[in-house]
Amino acid sequence: MKEITFILNNEKRSVQVEPSETLLEVLRDKMGLKSPKCGCDRGDCGACVVLLNGKSVRSCLVLAIETAGMEIMTLEGISAKNLNALQEAFIAFNSFQCGYCAPGIIITVTELLTKNPKPDLEEIKEVLSGNLCRCTGYKPIFDAILDVTGKEVK
Amino acid sequence: MSITNDFEYYCPSSLDETVKLLEQLGEQAALLAGGTDLIVNIKDDLESPSAVIDIKRVSELRGLDIDKDKLFIGAKTTFTDILDSSVIKDNYLLLWESARAVASVGIRNRATLVGNICSAVPCMDSAPALLCYDAIVHTVSKTGKRDIPINDWFIAPRKTARKADELVVGVTVPLPSQKNSGCYIKLGRYGGEDLAQAGLGILIRADLEYRIAFTAVGPIPIRAQKIEELLKGKEIDQDLLKQAKELVAEEISPITDIRSTREYREHICRVMFERGLIVCQQRMNGEIINTVRILGG
Ligand SMILES: Cc1cc2nc3c(=O)[nH]c(=O)nc-3n(C[C@@H](O)[C@@H](O)[C@H](O)COP(=O)(O)OP(=O)(O)OC[C@H]3O[C@@H](n4cnc5c(N)ncnc54)[C@H](O)[C@@H]3O)c2cc1C
Ligand code: FES
Ligand code: FES
Repeated sequence: MKEITFILNNEKRSVQVEPSETLLEVLRDKMGLKSPKCGCDRGDCGACVVLLNGKSVRSCLVLAIETAGMEIMTLEGISAKNLNALQEAFIAFNSFQCGYCAPGIIITVTELLTKNPKPDLEEIKEVLSGNLCRCTGYKPIFDAILDVTGKEVK
Repeated sequence: MSITNDFEYYCPSSLDETVKLLEQLGEQAALLAGGTDLIVNIKDDLESPSAVIDIKRVSELRGLDIDKDKLFIGAKTTFTDILDSSVIKDNYLLLWESARAVASVGIRNRATLVGNICSAVPCMDSAPALLCYDAIVHTVSKTGKRDIPINDWFIAPRKTARKADELVVGVTVPLPSQKNSGCYIKLGRYGGEDLAQAGLGILIRADLEYRIAFTAVGPIPIRAQKIEELLKGKEIDQDLLKQAKELVAEEISPITDIRSTREYREHICRVMFERGLIVCQQRMNGEIINTVRILGG
């Protein structure tokens, strides 16, 4: 075991990790954060996406020990005070059914909107092409994002 | 699925330290860049290193370095770094389009181009561009430095010219000396995270030199030399195109697997070749062509 320190959801935290533990395991099992989900555990589904130094990464493919000194943001951090406009839109448009994909999708879109506040539908589809949703057929997800960026929802 | 293989984790901060570690640990050690192949391989028990050497904090290892007549893609350069560079989009469009073909944002934010060519799985997307631009791979080890032409780099599936104690520091991509245009076409089952069933890079130069490279349709990515010879110095007309398409099946050696059959791959390569050449010609004439839906979808 080795102790690492990182900034997790704007707070400095330390934790003991084995080199073989993934960031996803450490966040869920040691830090008590349940928003990153384990879907495929091999980079395919996007359910485990978190922001690492501001960039969306698949936490199932990151070793926790690699992230010493880095900044990690999960859905819990994004909505620490209240739900943000994106989350409100997802509720308004009924964008989830089981909700398993939701944290990964919201984090991925958060990164997109920081880079490009006015994406068009093609860009939104491209960015979400690696986030699988079994339930919704994606339309209500795209609609919520378009709405929050001020675009007309057809 | 947790990782069951235990390993020591090393995080060297200098090139010297990394090279020493590689010398000491040899074949036992795996280098870790973005981890998008390595971590999956360890989970699948395809690799069981006793040491993992993370190279992301090695100060001398650079990201991108853009020069007048060449581009240096350092070992730390991710596909996102490539996509974010407007110089690459404007001058090395074939390379830029290959980066866009890799998986999705969450993978591209971590996956490096150097890791892609070191893994050397047959369906990798970065190889056709590097082959067409005649890139050079730079390695360093205790015994010295080597510059390896990309044509000699790929040896067999998952096997490259890299020796166990060598670190790849980066890849140099020379800017073609002539006005040129290019494109990358990938066949996957859906946009986003599907590996290529077939991939094709084309680079054409104003002096009528054609460079063509295939990926995912043979054990290693290759340049299509017979087609290149046939086309060299000629303007393309219907007749020449027909002859060239007939050579496609001779250049590639696709297999049948879960993603598609040999016959289908041969057929689609001819289609991709024809459409790709047309796109290159249109781009040479200054037209802006989007290739995202070039195979439909
Ligand atoms: C869900 C998913 C989808 C994918 N889709 C695609 C796709 O569409 N197209 C595609 O081409 N690829 C795809 N890939 C694979 C792609 O992500 C990798 O090939 C990636 O580019 C490897 O880079 P990395 O930095 O993650 O390497 P790592 O996983 O860190 O390393 C890969 C290998 O290279 C070695 N290595 C890394 N850096 C060096 C170095 N500097 N010197 C020597 N050896 C080194 C490592 O030891 C390891 O053996 C996909 C992967 C996943 C998980
Ligand atoms: S659990 Fe990480 S991508 Fe599916
Ligand atoms: S809402 Fe169920 S997976 Fe997306």
